[in-house]
Amino acid sequence: MVEFLQLTLSGIVFGMIYAAIALSLVLIWRGTRLLNFAQGGMAMFTTFVALEIVYKTHSYWLGFVVALAAGLALGAVTELTIIRPTLNKPELNSVIVTIGLLVLLEGLAGILYGGQYRSFPTAFSQSGLHIGKTALGVGRDDVFVALAVLATTLILAVVFRYTSAGLRMRAAAFNATVARLAGIRVARVLTVGWALAGLLGALAGLLVSPSTYLYPDSMDAIFVYGFTAAVLGGLDSPAGSVAGGVILGVGLNYVAGYVGGGRGSDLESIAAMGLLVIVLMLRPAGLFAGAKTRRV
Amino acid sequence: MRRALAGVLITAVVVWVLSVKLSAFRDFQIAEIAAYTTAVAGLTVLTGLSGQISLGHGAFMAVGAYTIALLMLHLNWSFYLVLVLAGLATAGAGAVVGIAAARLSGPYLAGATLMLGIALPSIANAYPGVFGGEQGLPVTLATPGFLGVSFPPTRWQAWLAGAVALVVLLALASLSRGRVGRDWRAVRDDEVAAALAGVNVARARVLAFVISAACAGLAGAMLAVITNLVAPGGYPVTLSITLLTAAVIGGIGTLPGAIWGSIVVVVLQTYITDLATSHGLSPTVGANIPVAAYGAILILVMLVFPQGLQGAIRKLLTGFAGATPLRRNPAPDESPEKEGTHELL
Repeated sequence: MVEFLQLTLSGIVFGMIYAAIALSLVLIWRGTRLLNFAQGGMAMFTTFVALEIVYKTHSYWLGFVVALAAGLALGAVTELTIIRPTLNKPELNSVIVTIGLLVLLEGLAGILYGGQYRSFPTAFSQSGLHIGKTALGVGRDDVFVALAVLATTLILAVVFRYTSAGLRMRAAAFNATVARLAGIRVARVLTVGWALAGLLGALAGLLVSPSTYLYPDSMDAIFVYGFTAAVLGGLDSPAGSVAGGVILGVGLNYVAGYVGGGRGSDLESIAAMGLLVIVLMLRPAGLFAGAKTRRV
Repeated sequence: MRRALAGVLITAVVVWVLSVKLSAFRDFQIAEIAAYTTAVAGLTVLTGLSGQISLGHGAFMAVGAYTIALLMLHLNWSFYLVLVLAGLATAGAGAVVGIAAARLSGPYLAGATLMLGIALPSIANAYPGVFGGEQGLPVTLATPGFLGVSFPPTRWQAWLAGAVALVVLLALASLSRGRVGRDWRAVRDDEVAAALAGVNVARARVLAFVISAACAGLAGAMLAVITNLVAPGGYPVTLSITLLTAAVIGGIGTLPGAIWGSIVVVVLQTYITDLATSHGLSPTVGANIPVAAYGAILILVMLVFPQGLQGAIRKLLTGFAGATPLRRNPAPDESPEKEGTHELL
């Protein structure tokens, strides 16, 4: 029972990180109908930037803020330079361009920082929390991880729902042509969407790197988990992607805890692949989608 | 088809002359290029003709490589039989993935196959008793007796890999010319229209995956023979992306492009690594420069010249021949809207 509780709680924490990646993918998907395969690579790169700052200044929070700003900038620059020219081309072109960016960033990180595993500091202590005598299996830092993602999600939700900028973004995602006719600068909205996605990705990189270590392709697995979470949620729904992230995080934790291998085991990625394939086969529009019509 | 046959014959002669004239290391490179060409040809047909993308073809190469390694280790069968079996086993794996893939479109498919590329090599780690864990399995192939004792094994491997590549290229060229290729193009261009015209969309897409996987399996098996080893570390996600890079550089959907792309990728890898070590850079830096270069190349080719090298060659040739194109009926999809997806050969 205690083990179940511990696995569930730490699963939720990891699920929140997958949810952050999933949210960043959904943000871009809604705006541009493309999947940013470089999202994990961008997060890895901004986390390396944070690590440099932390080494130099011995301040975790300065590194944290700089990484988020770097994510924002990297997202915007990516959209402006290499994504925009592919938007009216076949889907395949933009997929290949984002893969190119992923490989470019991983190669650059390898050149600049080397291939070895780096440990990344946590914001708070990792020593386990207790209720009475029961160990919860999560530490203060895990609470921070979950709250940070939750707070960012809520802020984004409020911005989208209640501000005029949010309304413009929703309009542009809903129907770009009509939005343009209504005087919305859709291109600028897309850039903002990419920037916010870059920020979310950077946040996920900062939060996950203490437990996965940091190396050039450390975010590859996290990216595919995030992608799986987004697919669970339907790739179109922010709330769905948070739910998908938590389901995936808890589910993978049960697999690692009860079937064997422990966190980060080989079984985990195989289980995630199985889940992804099953969901894509049975409910390709996500777990929470209703019936859909197809226009011919 | 006659042109494809002529091209294959010329390439065979070129490979033969080069393998005899050049050093053992160059023979190894020729064999490597041939193995890459085999896989890239399958990928370029899958992506360029049937319109499906795969970021997990390295995993199929691993399936072929492990199949041949296990069969050669445990059974004393003829190498050619074992090679065919490796291709068939990978085709089976391709069928499983293809059935799942047939229902997915562009980005979903790319994500799912990327996951395959990440997850599949970890199976080898999860069962070290069968697959040898991190160390992997040895693969040894003796040169046949009639060539004599002093015949360099790398030259034999170069011939073998070259022969496999050319047979695969010829088979793919003939497939894509016929009904199957027409079905693929129809599905790629408009799924609904293809279905209305009587094409079995799902079957066409699965078949493309099966054939493409079989090519990758053969390539993986040959690569295992060339490098004398299969280990999980040899099939990272980067391999899948390298294959895609080769296909994009050569021009997606063109079979000669698969050869150009493979040459560029293999030569670039060795050349840059040599250059880095001779300039006193650390091995990690040397190994990462080609990776960064692939990324930059993928982006640049897609933004600036999506038709790739084969597109450039074709343009050059038609330019020399005056305004009339060399082919009798120009590809219908040369409008800028359809860049990156071209008819074969």
